[in-house]
Amino acid sequence: MKHINWLYSWFNVWFVSIALGCMILAAPVGLVFVSVFFPQTEIWQHLYSTVLSDYIVNSLVLAFGVGFFVIVIGTVLAWCIARYEFAGRKQLQWLILLPMAMPAYIIAYTYTGLLDYAGPIQTLLRETFHWQYGDYYFPNIRSLPGAIIMLSLVLYPYVYMLARTAFSEQPSSLEEVSRSLGVPPIKHLFKVVLPLARPAILMGAALAMMEAFADYGTVQYFGLSTFTTGIFRTWFGLGNGIAAAQLAAMLTSFVVLLLILEYLSRRKIRYYFQGQRSQQINRQKLTGSKAFWVPFVCVIPVFLGFILPVLQLLKWATMTYSKQLTSEFWLLLWNSFYLAAIAAITAVILALLFAYGKRLHPIKPIQLLVGVVNLGYAVPGTVIAIGAMISLSWLDIKINTLTENWFDISVGLVFSGSLFALILVYSSRFLAVAMHNIDTGLSRVKPSMDDAARSLGYKPLQILKIIHVPLMKTSVLSALLLVFVDVLKELPATLILRPFNFNTLAVRAFELASDERLMDAALPALAIVSVGILPVILLTMLMDKPDPQSSQVN
Amino acid sequence: MLSLNNVSVAYQKVEAVKDVTFELGVGQIGCLLGPSGCGKTSLLRAVAGFENVSEGQICLRSKLVSALHSHLEPEKRRVAVVFQDYALFPHLTVAQNIAFGLHQQNSAQKRQRVTELLMLVGLPGYDNRYPHALSGGQQQRVALARAMAAKPDLLLLDEPFSSLDAELRDELAKELRAILKYENTTALMVTHDQHEAFAMADVIGVMNKGRLLQWTDAYALYHRPVNRFVASFVGDGVFLGASIDNNMQLNSALGVFPINPDSGFKQGDKVVFLVRPDDVIHDDESATLAKVVDRSFQGSHILYQLELQHLGHARLLCLALSHHDHPLNELIGIRLDLEHLIVFADNGDDS
Repeated sequence: MKHINWLYSWFNVWFVSIALGCMILAAPVGLVFVSVFFPQTEIWQHLYSTVLSDYIVNSLVLAFGVGFFVIVIGTVLAWCIARYEFAGRKQLQWLILLPMAMPAYIIAYTYTGLLDYAGPIQTLLRETFHWQYGDYYFPNIRSLPGAIIMLSLVLYPYVYMLARTAFSEQPSSLEEVSRSLGVPPIKHLFKVVLPLARPAILMGAALAMMEAFADYGTVQYFGLSTFTTGIFRTWFGLGNGIAAAQLAAMLTSFVVLLLILEYLSRRKIRYYFQGQRSQQINRQKLTGSKAFWVPFVCVIPVFLGFILPVLQLLKWATMTYSKQLTSEFWLLLWNSFYLAAIAAITAVILALLFAYGKRLHPIKPIQLLVGVVNLGYAVPGTVIAIGAMISLSWLDIKINTLTENWFDISVGLVFSGSLFALILVYSSRFLAVAMHNIDTGLSRVKPSMDDAARSLGYKPLQILKIIHVPLMKTSVLSALLLVFVDVLKELPATLILRPFNFNTLAVRAFELASDERLMDAALPALAIVSVGILPVILLTMLMDKPDPQSSQVN
Repeated sequence: MLSLNNVSVAYQKVEAVKDVTFELGVGQIGCLLGPSGCGKTSLLRAVAGFENVSEGQICLRSKLVSALHSHLEPEKRRVAVVFQDYALFPHLTVAQNIAFGLHQQNSAQKRQRVTELLMLVGLPGYDNRYPHALSGGQQQRVALARAMAAKPDLLLLDEPFSSLDAELRDELAKELRAILKYENTTALMVTHDQHEAFAMADVIGVMNKGRLLQWTDAYALYHRPVNRFVASFVGDGVFLGASIDNNMQLNSALGVFPINPDSGFKQGDKVVFLVRPDDVIHDDESATLAKVVDRSFQGSHILYQLELQHLGHARLLCLALSHHDHPLNELIGIRLDLEHLIVFADNGDDS
């Protein structure tokens, strides 16, 4: 009897569809790793003797540089916001998040325009001090340190958000214990406050470093040799897809190390903040000079990471919009929006399938499959795109051979040449974003509620309608929004996989900027940034509102 | 060791503690008992130095630590606190937690003290565990060991048993008292549960609405409460109305009792007097009959709620041996056996 139940719980519609979905989503990345078994000796000898060490060193320096700066910026901001009370704190709390709306490649080319020889800053310096060309030293933004700063300016919110929660959730009694034991504040800071916040800070840094490894737009624009630019060059320059996939596998293994760091941190956070529901710390009211410079320090990152570049983009856009607002721009907008919308809907439907499957059949194989596919957010877009390209073109060739043999017609590149490839890559990369929101929503619908409704005489479909839909609505909408915006901002995968003659805002902005038409790139860039603000607003609303779950406990 | 003189604590303009005065001697265990919101925790925090006093003085070892314009920081007071949520540092091991407040000692001394304390609180060998791997009772003992490690002059305990299971509380209270007495620690604790107070404390202070109403030992609190609030908060019992007759005796529905001539009551005064369940004796011979309106079986005893059949149908509680088993609505005979009379003026004031 038991044996039959076990079989039944394995082979059902849920399990089959989840397994199928997971396999399709994981196929591109899986293929990238399979490529390792097809050695490309000649190319690798070439890469090894020329650029490979650059790829490794530059990618590592970039990631660790970004890690260092986001920790410094994010932790300082989080500390000020969580522990001090000052004029403008409430507004700063969400202003600080705004750089998240800014894709790194956009801030990179905006700063290039701001800081190059003909840009406003150098012009101002020359006019003020009556300098000529060559009279002065000015740092070149198109460099590795420049890329580190650009990425740090838009990625620090990862650390800020997690560290802020960690700082403000430390119960006030911990500080009081230290004081009553005669421990000086500075020792308390280094022995208790920072060690307790460390997992959160490291987790934020790990996420930011994953983004740094995955970045393509900034390093390509600055002409740096990293893994991502190397993958493009190996494929499109040297024409070797397998070697490109092998490079991608190497890049992914670096990211896996970060994933492990993130996982360990997440587990520690759970232990540290287990069941502590005591009084939180009161913010210290600032007086004197501190009341001036703390808000000042807090404004610097958002000014550099958002306000200044947006002002520059606005200036450029006002100069060019008349010749830019053509039917071509509207087509661009339409392409981007419907592509992002389809991707968002696909990702959310998959997330719903996985989340409900996990809940209805909480068996190990399903949890494991979903857990693995959930790691897609860590894999750089370039890597997934390479894998998808190789696997789908293989599939297309097979299909075409088949149809030519049987029906004597060629169906063309139905998978690799269509939007299907893009949707597949987006879904596998942004599934985690959708899953996170759906899971949060579903956890609000406690299993006991289903049971309660059943015992009160409702049928499963009615329960779905009167309990699940109303409770899940906001989570589904925010999942849609977040995936939509992420797709809109995504660059490298779109560059590789877009169908011929199909442009999006991100691709167009990047192409124009690469052609040194910075001003013309401003309008599509602004469009991306303004849509990117939506999730920041959503995030702020969620942060301000107390979690409905936590108010139910106690 | 600790003395408070007319201490008031105010948040913004709201006074949480008003005019509290008491003293605690070396090695004594004191307890502030009162309903939630009575100001007992604010008072404890003022003693620890986390809150400023708005009036009065707090002295430790006859040294002034808190007054309106002088405030010794908590870290300089040598006052240790065991918090309600224990506030163990989750990233440190048990041993590291306990040694956290040991500053001027080398590692060998620290290790020795930690081992000693773990023995004392009954957790030998738990040095390298982390707090999340301990049960609630074990966490409380570690918090206690941490607070006592540096031999503070005064130990404060904020609702020390509130996060524990009811069955654990009595046992731990006894253990805790033994540990404190062994180390000769002066301690002040706060609770809303009189059983904890009785089990732990040498001196108990009952607080209500920010005021300390009575500061004395458990026996006196139960048998000689100073006002109606203390009488009704500590122990069970009901107040029966009565009046003072012309012989200066208390004339009530349950008989006439002599009162203390020094009590200050005059002839014709309306008064109430306290009747505890153990004062009401079930006696079949008695002519005073009362109807059983509720009963709760407690094993060896049955607690009856009775309604008098005359004079306003007043209700009272009666603790009878369990083999005196009477159903609801039966009339049973009772008599009062009052060792001493607790009488208050009947002005309806409960505080």
